[in-house]
Amino acid sequence: MFEQHLAVLPVLLPLIAAPLVVLINKPRAAWLLSTLFVGACVYISFGLVSATMDGGALRYALGGWEPPWGIEMRVDSANAFVLLTVSVIATLVLLFAKESIASEVAHKQLPLFYSAYLLCLAGLSGILITGDAFNLFVFLEISSLATYTLVSLAADRRCLTAAFRYLVMGTIGATFILIGVGMLYMKTGTLNMLDLAERIQAVESHRTINTGLAFIMVGVSIKLALFPLHMWLPAAYSFAPSAVTAFLAGTATKVAIYVMLRFVFTIFGAGYVFEQMNMEIIVLVLALAGIFQCSFVATTQSNIKTLLAYSSVAQVGYIILGVSLVSLTGLTASLLHIFNHALMKAALFMAVGAVFYRMGSVQIIAFQGLGRRMPWTMSAFTIAGLSIIGVPLTVGFISKWYLVTAALEQGNWLVAFLVLVASLFAVVYIGKVIEAAYFKEPSEDADATKIKEVPVSMLIPMWLLVLANIYFGIDTSLTVSAATAGAEALLNGSSLVGGVQ
Amino acid sequence: MTVLIDLILLAMLVITAFRIIYIKDLFSVVMLFGIYSFLCAALFVTLDAVDVAFTEASVGAGISTVLMLSTIAITGRKEKLSLHSHTFATLIVLLTGGALIYGTFDMPLFGLADNPVHEHVAPRYIETSPTEIGLPNMVTSVLASYRGFDTFGETVVVFAAAIGVFSLLGVRGKPTELLAQEQGLTQHKVLRVVAKISIPLIILFALYVQFHGDFGPGGGFQAGVIAAAAFILYALTFSLRKAVGVVSPRFVKYLAPVGVLLYASVGLVSMLNGANFLDYNVLAADPVDGQHYGIIIIELGVGITVFSVMLGIFYAFAGQVEKANVQ
Amino acid sequence: MSLIFEHFNHWVVVILMMIGLYIVITANNLVKKVVGLNIFQSAVFLMYITMGKVVGGTAPILAEGVTQYSNPLPHVLILTAIVVGVATTAVGLSLVLRIKSAYGTIEENEFQNKEDVI
Repeated sequence: MFEQHLAVLPVLLPLIAAPLVVLINKPRAAWLLSTLFVGACVYISFGLVSATMDGGALRYALGGWEPPWGIEMRVDSANAFVLLTVSVIATLVLLFAKESIASEVAHKQLPLFYSAYLLCLAGLSGILITGDAFNLFVFLEISSLATYTLVSLAADRRCLTAAFRYLVMGTIGATFILIGVGMLYMKTGTLNMLDLAERIQAVESHRTINTGLAFIMVGVSIKLALFPLHMWLPAAYSFAPSAVTAFLAGTATKVAIYVMLRFVFTIFGAGYVFEQMNMEIIVLVLALAGIFQCSFVATTQSNIKTLLAYSSVAQVGYIILGVSLVSLTGLTASLLHIFNHALMKAALFMAVGAVFYRMGSVQIIAFQGLGRRMPWTMSAFTIAGLSIIGVPLTVGFISKWYLVTAALEQGNWLVAFLVLVASLFAVVYIGKVIEAAYFKEPSEDADATKIKEVPVSMLIPMWLLVLANIYFGIDTSLTVSAATAGAEALLNGSSLVGGVQ
Repeated sequence: MTVLIDLILLAMLVITAFRIIYIKDLFSVVMLFGIYSFLCAALFVTLDAVDVAFTEASVGAGISTVLMLSTIAITGRKEKLSLHSHTFATLIVLLTGGALIYGTFDMPLFGLADNPVHEHVAPRYIETSPTEIGLPNMVTSVLASYRGFDTFGETVVVFAAAIGVFSLLGVRGKPTELLAQEQGLTQHKVLRVVAKISIPLIILFALYVQFHGDFGPGGGFQAGVIAAAAFILYALTFSLRKAVGVVSPRFVKYLAPVGVLLYASVGLVSMLNGANFLDYNVLAADPVDGQHYGIIIIELGVGITVFSVMLGIFYAFAGQVEKANVQ
Repeated sequence: MSLIFEHFNHWVVVILMMIGLYIVITANNLVKKVVGLNIFQSAVFLMYITMGKVVGGTAPILAEGVTQYSNPLPHVLILTAIVVGVATTAVGLSLVLRIKSAYGTIEENEFQNKEDVI
């Protein structure tokens, strides 16, 4: 029975846990229940990854109605891989959140916080596994509403304006997607993704489809914070509670990127989007512009959360860059970086959250001298930071390696060169923090006696991520084979498949 | 004739929306928005979408407008001069509009029976749902059964909104005694008498909409909103304190998740019976009966959640208004 | 002429979307921004409902002697979307209320001045 429902459980479990948490209304019990349910999602995602590794797909017809009349969940190796990333990060952040959130959010609001967290996860999982374009919109809105709530729960009043701006941008983005899906529906009469893919091919005149594609791409680009539509992200990441930032940085933009991949490769087909519409040039330019502009802005920040937020936008650029190369290696690099970047950024934001837990500030001045006072936290920051830069033996290196290989495969020396140059910015902004932590004396107003390492329950998830950063930087067999399988699944759904192999 | 009504309504919509751009008085803006929603609802009726019209009228012209009014009661009714660059906005809007107009030239023409949307997927809903599901209202069949998972998601969206509002504004606690007496339109005798008569009728109507949605327009969502509206009317005419005495905010907060769980439990029962989530066929010996049971229960779940969330959100907003009046 | 007539609904929808979007971008007051979002979304709802209409059809509720029904699927989708819209509105307005109590204003340029640059 368990096997039969495997493909729907990742969204069902958190959806059922969210109302239960509100009914329980006790912070500790709420946390425990959430962790159990989310942990179960990790187990299920592993099951899904191994079940789809051979290139097959699991399909699950909701309500027993076969598609396209009913809604189906459809899991292949591409979304199973992203799903695994999301659920692993969600679990680790929950472990971290127990102490971190308790210090940032009012006690009686904690059950509501956990409920919103579960809803957000349910929404993200739903977006990942659904095989229906409109159902995707519904889950997008569940996760978005929960995210606005999560962002607005911090104590700093600026989180409110950040959340409001995010709400406005997010709603415009989602509505654009709704317009696009409407146009596809208008021309094909269906909402099921595979059915759409088939019927779009048969549409003769393309104006409405083109417009639909444009609206979906712009809407998704807002959600995934593609330059220059990223302006909501730095504020939201900077002022959200620490654990929320760690969670969002590892999951939300990644899921939006997956949505773009799904629409481009499975629904429209790479041949249509890239060969006929030449989208890859626009996307490539925007990705590169985003990498350079946001990496540069990151070097000028003194708020470390903002710094890392801009770095995240730049890293999104790398992922999109891989997509714009339209090849198996490029797509593998993208999927790999979705996973790897989640590992790095979640670890970094956890470390910053740990500093906030002790220092009450995330300004660079608060980091001064922390190398000695919070050795575990700062060494975690350092290793994850090296991973962002792309130093060998970390996952960051693996991502860049595949990205550069993909560029060189097409003889695109310029792109390969630019990717490497952009890494220098990361050296600057990560180096800045490390320098403050290890080579500067603590600022005078900091009360040195109070500052000590954070509780073990915060260090464990942080270090699990750091160790994963190293482990998957050395033994790449697991991640690379999963990412390659995912890339193949995406390309197989598109008309380009012949040209690639 | 309908075409003429259609054209007139569309023209009125554009005029209303256009006015909103330039009006700085927020009270007028919100009122015009209410009108806009109502015109939309009327237009939906002419376009045969009676269920949607029902919802738009109760939500857009009803709940949304009430929430906006409570908000401007606190934040003030004047918009100050905007410093935004209008050239930038115009550029974005023209670009978007241009793309859309480009897209429309290829769109299937309005109202033709052989448009793609009418030829694929939908025919099954129209032709076989009355026998497969056993309900005359095809919208209810699609909503509750074929696309029942969307509706489950929709219920969760409502629940998520409640989580957001409760965590931002708090679940309203005990009302301050002094203020509770000033609250409401208690001095208007006519209003009180009319409200007294109409509130039971509204609740009765809500129950009718809840359980008659299978046959005519309506269903759990509309019923929940209407039932909540009855209590909101009670709070507005007799005072918030009395309304809170009848249905307390805490009760509402705990009722909201119950509806979601009720919906999910139907799906879980299907699973226990060896079928997929939300497959109602296995709920009874005869699949059509099973569909009927399933739909009644999930509509009830939707109704419970929507009722409690709408009322809870109103309480939270009204609590803020009260707090602002104290200060 | 027939072209104008048969696309009239679509074009009005486009105009409404543009007005909504324009209000969202230019409004200085956050409540008005929310109103703009609602107008924008309602226009999309109208687009969906328009495509579901069959001229000469009736509402999709089984009735005797009727052969042509309008398409129920867009109606179902838009029911869901309306609910999503009101949920967003409620959360948005709650944020507006909190911004008012935290900053004392909901005019965008005024609270931006009070914010430290990030």
